[in-house]
Amino acid sequence: MTVRDLRRFESSLDAAGVAATRVDAADVADALDRLVETPAVGVPLGIDGVSLDETVVDLPPTPRLLKTARTGVTPVAAGVVEHGTFVLRSDADGTEPVSLYPPTHVGVLRASDLHADFTAAFDRLDGTLAEGGSAILATGASATADMGELVHGVHGPRTVHAVIVEDR
Amino acid sequence: MRDESTRAATAAHIRDLLETEGDAVHKNTTHLNRVRYEANAAGGDIDALRSEARAIKEEAIERLPELVERVRERVAANGGRVYVADDAADANDYIERVCADADADSVVKSKSMTTEEIGVNDALEAAGIDVHETDLGEFVVQVADESPSHLVGPAIHKSRAEITALFNDVFDPDVPLETAEDLTRFARDHVGERIERADVGVTGANFVLAESGSIALVTNEGNARKCAVTPDTHVAVAGVEKLLPSAADLPPFAELIAKAAGGQDVATYLSLLTPPVDSPTIDFDAPDEPLGDADDRTFHLVLVDNGRLDMREDDDLRETLYCIRCGACGNSCANFQHVGGHAFGGETYTGGIATGWEAGIRGEAATDDFNDLCTGCSRCVDACPVEIDIPWINTVVRDRRNRGHDPGTFDHLVEGLTPDDDPGGVDVQKRLFGNFGTLARLGSASAPLSNWLADRAPVRAAMDRWLGVDRRRDLPSFERETLRDWFAARDPLPSAGRADRDAVLYPDAYTNYVLTGRGKAAVRTLEALGVDVTLAPCHESGRAPLSQGMIETARTQAERVSDALAPALDAGRDVVVVEPSDIAMFRNEYARLLDDATHERLAANSYESMEYVYGLLENGADADALTGGGDVAYHGHCQQRTLGLAGYTEAVLRRAGHDVVTSDVECCGMAGSFGYKSEYYELSMDVGADLREQFAGDDGRGTDRRVAASGASCHEQLLALAFDGVPHPIELVVPDTPDAR
Repeated sequence: MTVRDLRRFESSLDAAGVAATRVDAADVADALDRLVETPAVGVPLGIDGVSLDETVVDLPPTPRLLKTARTGVTPVAAGVVEHGTFVLRSDADGTEPVSLYPPTHVGVLRASDLHADFTAAFDRLDGTLAEGGSAILATGASATADMGELVHGVHGPRTVHAVIVEDR
Repeated sequence: MRDESTRAATAAHIRDLLETEGDAVHKNTTHLNRVRYEANAAGGDIDALRSEARAIKEEAIERLPELVERVRERVAANGGRVYVADDAADANDYIERVCADADADSVVKSKSMTTEEIGVNDALEAAGIDVHETDLGEFVVQVADESPSHLVGPAIHKSRAEITALFNDVFDPDVPLETAEDLTRFARDHVGERIERADVGVTGANFVLAESGSIALVTNEGNARKCAVTPDTHVAVAGVEKLLPSAADLPPFAELIAKAAGGQDVATYLSLLTPPVDSPTIDFDAPDEPLGDADDRTFHLVLVDNGRLDMREDDDLRETLYCIRCGACGNSCANFQHVGGHAFGGETYTGGIATGWEAGIRGEAATDDFNDLCTGCSRCVDACPVEIDIPWINTVVRDRRNRGHDPGTFDHLVEGLTPDDDPGGVDVQKRLFGNFGTLARLGSASAPLSNWLADRAPVRAAMDRWLGVDRRRDLPSFERETLRDWFAARDPLPSAGRADRDAVLYPDAYTNYVLTGRGKAAVRTLEALGVDVTLAPCHESGRAPLSQGMIETARTQAERVSDALAPALDAGRDVVVVEPSDIAMFRNEYARLLDDATHERLAANSYESMEYVYGLLENGADADALTGGGDVAYHGHCQQRTLGLAGYTEAVLRRAGHDVVTSDVECCGMAGSFGYKSEYYELSMDVGADLREQFAGDDGRGTDRRVAASGASCHEQLLALAFDGVPHPIELVVPDTPDAR
């Protein structure tokens, strides 16, 4: 992925109401400590040289943490440049509930894990699903217009933040 | 058979909804419609995506039995189970058994039209299981004990103030709720507690992927995500038509569905789940334990037939199965925008596509109360992300219902006047409007007596009572001298025989017998631009009977028109049509009424009159020959807009030197005969009020302008809305020279 793709991804994230922070792997922990409102719950990020161990984020998730955490921190398997979409894997660590229950979701992804558009993303996902895997394509914050006007933050997060690891 | 009392009851129901739900429905649907246009305009080549999505659905339905077998094997291999339910009771029994096996006393549900269709809530509650809707719109409807009024926005008929009053009344919160934010937070928390405690989560599925045994769920709120992942047992309920081969088929749908439904670029959440999913289980009763083992999850996919496999065998209803339930056919429908799904809908499904679904699932009689609300205006055809010809489905079902009725008591009144080819069971009102051309011929021949007679109060009262022609409407006034009489009495132009182009003007019944001025203007304009014009015989196009569901009569008329025009086509003449609803017949519906070659030749060589003028100007004709200089407020005809033709009229008006503003309502509300019908008059005028607002209200765009319209029925409606004259646009550009007669 090129710098131009990354900029386009950030601009799509912005259009979807998602703020983005670019950092090197070595600075992810510091960035999270700045960004995260506590209590925070997370799952391992699976990115080389990045760990949540030394951060304010609590692991592993428990039901109580899902209910009380202000922030959930999860890996983002890939981003879709055109729409500013997170591809979230349903894994045994609990990425799905941790990205869903707390009112703020911070997703961490490698700059190299970008798909240009849905067609490219679904090409990859076809294999994921065939292996029995599951994924959520999440674009922006949860929303409803059912109460007469647009309101953000319904069953899913009200605020979404992307942390993009530039050197991974 | 509709009689006076049925019509009165229908009118009363519509009047009630216009008063109680009309404002909220109008605000919400017109908003969704507007943002759909905006999103489509910003979103690349939407029409290419629509064609792609259509092709995928066509193939999937063709391969459906094979896909069912594939998904059955695959879900089993993944550790879940597929149950194909023959009907609603079968599906509910299975879901009840699943709940019993899970020892469930509480179920949470995300929004699913298919579960509405089978009535699973009632079935489970009868078995002693609490069912909680988690989509906030569904939650509102459940709390209010009402039925959804829209495919996507179940509570679209309720204003924020009404929801506030409902919640404050039912839940009596410590601090009364006020804002949408308050209501959302309250409902989210209330529903959230039920999700945490539920034993079973029931979701729908927007798509089911056979190759991997996956389901796709499209949501914005996130409730479907929670329902699928929080309880250990997940039941997905989907119509069997939701099957697609694999994830590779999803991209066009992922691009289209949220734009069509709500003008969003993409939905917030597109869940692609291959259940049982790998996410850990969540036990809120053990709050401090780590999350549980995904192996404890169970999954059931209930595929519901309930008439769908029969629909697949039905050449006319089949494309209903391509529907992705986006609701755009309702949002783009002028009638729906005013009454919503509680009038324009059956027991479950709402909007234009409701006729296809309800007919397929519950039988054609289930559409009797709402099918006529589709006027065939065709605005939904462009809106549909899978290109379903929704008006055709409505027409076919109407035709089948016509055939299903016994001949009515008063048929003899119109029988002699109505030389149609449809069976005696056709409702007398439909038969009257379906034979407009014959009435116009007789009316013209006996004018002015016919006009005088039609103005008498006792006559109008009788027509209202026996024929369902609303007495509040002015009837068309027939001209004694028809367009053909006028044309035949003219001396040939000096240029005859050496013109640049040769055309034959098709005079529809309105142009020949009622609004002859627009026909004369068309002849004179074409001649002034160097065209040799002949006039075809006045045969009806078939539009009038088709709109009443009288397909065989329409077919006979189509054949007669194409026979009458064949010599002119053989001689290389272009066919010019004044009435937009007839050019729409030639181009679109004739494909279903005539053989391919006949249709294709006629369609390829026919032009709407202002489209033709535009072509002449583009090919060197002199726009200075046209009259201009006016300030015009132009209302394009609905079917003309669907054909993409309204732009030619605007361009010609401007090139002739007029200043032009346009309306952007979907339909004027008259829609052929619809607005004349006693039971729909008030709805028709309510729809028309949107147009009046644009041209004469605070909107102000039409102030001090001459209002023009292309359609004959739009003309009548605009007169009824108190505009003056309302010429056809060609009457505004016709050269100001003495008649060549």
